Amino acid sequence: MNFNLDGDFYSRNFQQGPTENTMILNLGPQHPSTHGVLRVLVEMDGEYILRAEPVLGYLHRMHEKMGESKTYNQFIPNMGRVDYLHALAWNWAYVGAVEQLMGIEVPERAEYVRVISCELNRIMSHLLWWGAYVMDLGGFTPILYAFDDRERAQDLLQRITGSRLTYSSFRIGGVIQDMDDIFLDGVKAFCARMPERLKMYKNLVTDNFIFRKRCEEIGEIPVEMARKYGATGPVLRGSGVADDVRRAEPYSIYDRFDFSIPTQDTTDAMGRYLVRLDEITQSLAIITQAVDQLSEGPIRAKVPKVIKPPKGETYFAVEGARGKIGVFLVSDGSNVPYRIKLRSPSLSNLSLFSECAKGSLLADAISILGSLDLVIPEIDR
Amino acid sequence: MTFFEEIRQAFKGIYSLLVGLNITGKALVTKVETVHYPRQTVDNIDTYHGHIELIPTDTTPHFTKCIACGTCAHNCPAQCITVTKAELPPEIGEDGKPQKPKKAKYPELFKLDYNHCSLCGQCVENCPVSALRFSTDVYHAGFSREDFEYDLLARAKQNIEDKE
Repeated sequence: MNFNLDGDFYSRNFQQGPTENTMILNLGPQHPSTHGVLRVLVEMDGEYILRAEPVLGYLHRMHEKMGESKTYNQFIPNMGRVDYLHALAWNWAYVGAVEQLMGIEVPERAEYVRVISCELNRIMSHLLWWGAYVMDLGGFTPILYAFDDRERAQDLLQRITGSRLTYSSFRIGGVIQDMDDIFLDGVKAFCARMPERLKMYKNLVTDNFIFRKRCEEIGEIPVEMARKYGATGPVLRGSGVADDVRRAEPYSIYDRFDFSIPTQDTTDAMGRYLVRLDEITQSLAIITQAVDQLSEGPIRAKVPKVIKPPKGETYFAVEGARGKIGVFLVSDGSNVPYRIKLRSPSLSNLSLFSECAKGSLLADAISILGSLDLVIPEIDR
Repeated sequence: MTFFEEIRQAFKGIYSLLVGLNITGKALVTKVETVHYPRQTVDNIDTYHGHIELIPTDTTPHFTKCIACGTCAHNCPAQCITVTKAELPPEIGEDGKPQKPKKAKYPELFKLDYNHCSLCGQCVENCPVSALRFSTDVYHAGFSREDFEYDLLARAKQNIEDKE
């Protein structure tokens, strides 16, 4: 059997720099700390990174092309698979775009179901990120605590969506299932339990000496750099910019809730870490307010069976756990979308890794990569 | 870093270590949260939406309300449902010759290829006679693809027989 020892296209085109004593290293695509199949080519001088270049496309599934060959309703399950950690935000971005194009008014109770389930999903996403990030840095136990809480949220969401990970429960004009009393009681119990757990997380990890040493003053992203690459979400907020789609261009009923947008001025990995943990608290506040404001009503608007939006184009953005999720939809008046463009926040956030990791230690690059909270299926789509 | 600063850092490190050990130690003596699967099973699968199944009924002779219209197969994003209408035995016409066989309003075959199903529920939502529902099957395991190609008519029949 012949092995091609020259490497593939990327490693052949990733030339060694002017100095001779450097080493080219392949980080991934099967490295545990790349959370999936991200491959990073790094040129190293000893332990220091001279150059880092992410290689994408190992998980490309043609979601955008699939959208052009399926009817509007048939494309909904795809959205749960783009980002498996915050599936409901992608659901929302897509159905929101179609509703905007068709001018469908969503019933009020459906909006509340959407807000509560989407925020629960955001908490779940941050919890998994928290556990995985600490695991990247060498602490195994925290992910088990995170999964304990995540499991409770999953049990709740299973009641109203029917699935546990790849949710596809939003429909054009509403949601599939209404909330019952058991679910609402469960949500209240979850919201009451979480602050105590967050305190425990703080003692266990945030205040930990070793953890702080590996996060503070590492991976500093100045605001200009974040702006240059189009970073959104906790990465931008970790650099001190209070930018949140829920507040900047309030969609749905987010203008009815009182919540703050956590930011950190330290711009390092620790800042992004603290922003995400604060966001869990804010999400809990939104859920508590939404449960209090709840009123009875229908959960599905009257929508034709065959969805045929008028000719035109629209853009709808929502705030996902990783940043701004956008769906650009072009309709030619038929029952199949003409074009769907998915704007994923992880792609922009990954783009700054190359510049951010330059000159850092390899072990610090892992910390930076983790603090960006990348979901690889979302990058490749 | 001065000598005293180093000592202070060391003590700080040891203290945060002890705080962590305290939390881990407490978790050691609290109730076990995990479910040991083969010996125990979880109790919340009744809300889970598994693969679809036909709702078994005693009222019709073919165990299901399905009228074999094919709406579910048409709406499925993955084309994983196959429905064929049953054919009625040919009637003898006025001229004494057998007529062209008519299609019946019940299925002869209702197959689900679970390998391709993404559990979106479009079939259940669009069924005009509400003959479909989600099952709560979660414990799937098989050695071949064919193990996940279900004959839902046989399954509905089996369900009724199990009840009796």
